[in-house]
Amino acid sequence: MCYGGRVDRLYSDVILDRFKHPRYFGELDAPDAAHEDVNPLCGDRVRIEVRLEGGPSAEIEAVRYRGDACAIALASADLLAEMVEGRPAGEATRVDRDRLLAALQADIRPSRLRCVTLPLDVFRAALAGFEVAR
Amino acid sequence: MTLGERVRADFSILQRTIDGRPLIYLDSAATAQKPRAVLDALRTFYERSNANVHRSIHTLGEEATELFEAARDRVRAFIGARHREEIVFTKGTTEAINVVAHTWARPALEEGDEILLSEMEHHSNLVPWLLLARERRLRLRYIPVTEDGVLDLRALDRLLGRRTRLVALTHVSNVLGTINPVAEIVERAQAAGARVLIDGAQAVPHLPVDVAALGVDFYAFSGHKMGAPTGIGVLYGRREILEPLEPAFGGSEIIREVWLDRVTWNDLPWRFEPGTPPIAGAVGLGAAVAYVEALGWEAIRAHDAELTAEALAQLGDVEGLDLYGPRDPDVRVGVVSFNLPGVHPHDLAAALDAEGIAVRAGHHCAQPLMRRLGIVGTTRASFYLYTTPEDIAALVAGLRRADELLGLGRLRPSAR
Repeated sequence: MCYGGRVDRLYSDVILDRFKHPRYFGELDAPDAAHEDVNPLCGDRVRIEVRLEGGPSAEIEAVRYRGDACAIALASADLLAEMVEGRPAGEATRVDRDRLLAALQADIRPSRLRCVTLPLDVFRAALAGFEVAR
Repeated sequence: MTLGERVRADFSILQRTIDGRPLIYLDSAATAQKPRAVLDALRTFYERSNANVHRSIHTLGEEATELFEAARDRVRAFIGARHREEIVFTKGTTEAINVVAHTWARPALEEGDEILLSEMEHHSNLVPWLLLARERRLRLRYIPVTEDGVLDLRALDRLLGRRTRLVALTHVSNVLGTINPVAEIVERAQAAGARVLIDGAQAVPHLPVDVAALGVDFYAFSGHKMGAPTGIGVLYGRREILEPLEPAFGGSEIIREVWLDRVTWNDLPWRFEPGTPPIAGAVGLGAAVAYVEALGWEAIRAHDAELTAEALAQLGDVEGLDLYGPRDPDVRVGVVSFNLPGVHPHDLAAALDAEGIAVRAGHHCAQPLMRRLGIVGTTRASFYLYTTPEDIAALVAGLRRADELLGLGRLRPSAR
């Protein structure tokens, strides 16, 4: 590979792996919560669907995402899904940008930070919608 | 020696390196680099003649006014306008279009009137009309874009009707590079009783424009895409149309007399230039016009056509790459959009940037066109005077390496 360090730092092995071999890409049959939004800067769109077990300490049973989005946003969504699946909703909402950034292991420049946070915002909005619906 | 090689020395920024690699600037449709002649004109203006225009009774003020108004005369001749009153300096194309929306269209159009646009418009020539349509209950209609990326003019007779008051159309698509047949559309639109506004932001850098010959009612363009500074643009409006209009914005400069209860308006073109205008910007635009004129349109057109043909051929050779817009280089300018299937344009642009190659990626402020093409965005390479065939070769090589990194091996080896 004749790339300089710069692009390797942006497109880390983690990002390339998640982009090329996503684990959580797709949709759920009967999601309890779902949300979709765009990044106004670039028009990228991410949809996240969530299935929750009932009860006050609702556990996130499954998470799937779809999107017309860049590798960074898709990798971020994939990692986020992994972090929250099987966790109580209250715990899942505490996943933040810094945790995703650490997991991506990449040198994300300010112009691409929104790519990382879009899935996070969409996921939180999905859960918030679920709370309201209940 | 090609034009690109000949003029490169005039653009110091092209000597820059990006992470140790030479800069290959293929984003001129977003903004063009500035020749030394323009930078020198700005510097000389600020170092020798800087003052406010029109009301300063001192030597510098007079010099600044002369330079500012001389730039207007130069622009007038450059676009073939008949009268200097028809050249209004604005911040750019967007502001120019908004001035027409506020000053002419808002009072002139009534509920149910129609504005005819096209599916390939930049948001700058969509949003002002969406806003006005909401306010005045107007109907917006759209000339469709064909699969080849040209306007479907067969639809024009159906779309141009009794209620069509304005046709607002881009001269050249900022995504596809398509040159629209403006003269023909103007003729048909005006025969139907409509006014015509042309968004010339992408045309003026690439084509000789003659507003009188085209017969347009309004023509808008920006300086910064043709080598002038940012913050200066032009609205051309036919004198008899502008003459009765009231200003878009209140302020100084646009007035003849102000009382506590009323105001009378200044003459054209100053009625539409509130506040202190972008004086240095206008001087810079004048210098950019002079620079382009010295090179000559014949050489510039030949250069642009050669680069476009080269880009279409080289990118067309890359199997697996999706190319947009007409394949005939004669009906387009040096703006080429493409996609590597499965790779998001922003990822492709980031991978190219790592090689020092600057391209644009995304929806290019033309989301309706993206939807029409069924894509989220494109990667766009765009050329200007200083672009060389080597830049295009570097782009193609960069694309192949980006495919190795991000793609799933979709690009096949070149047939060449």
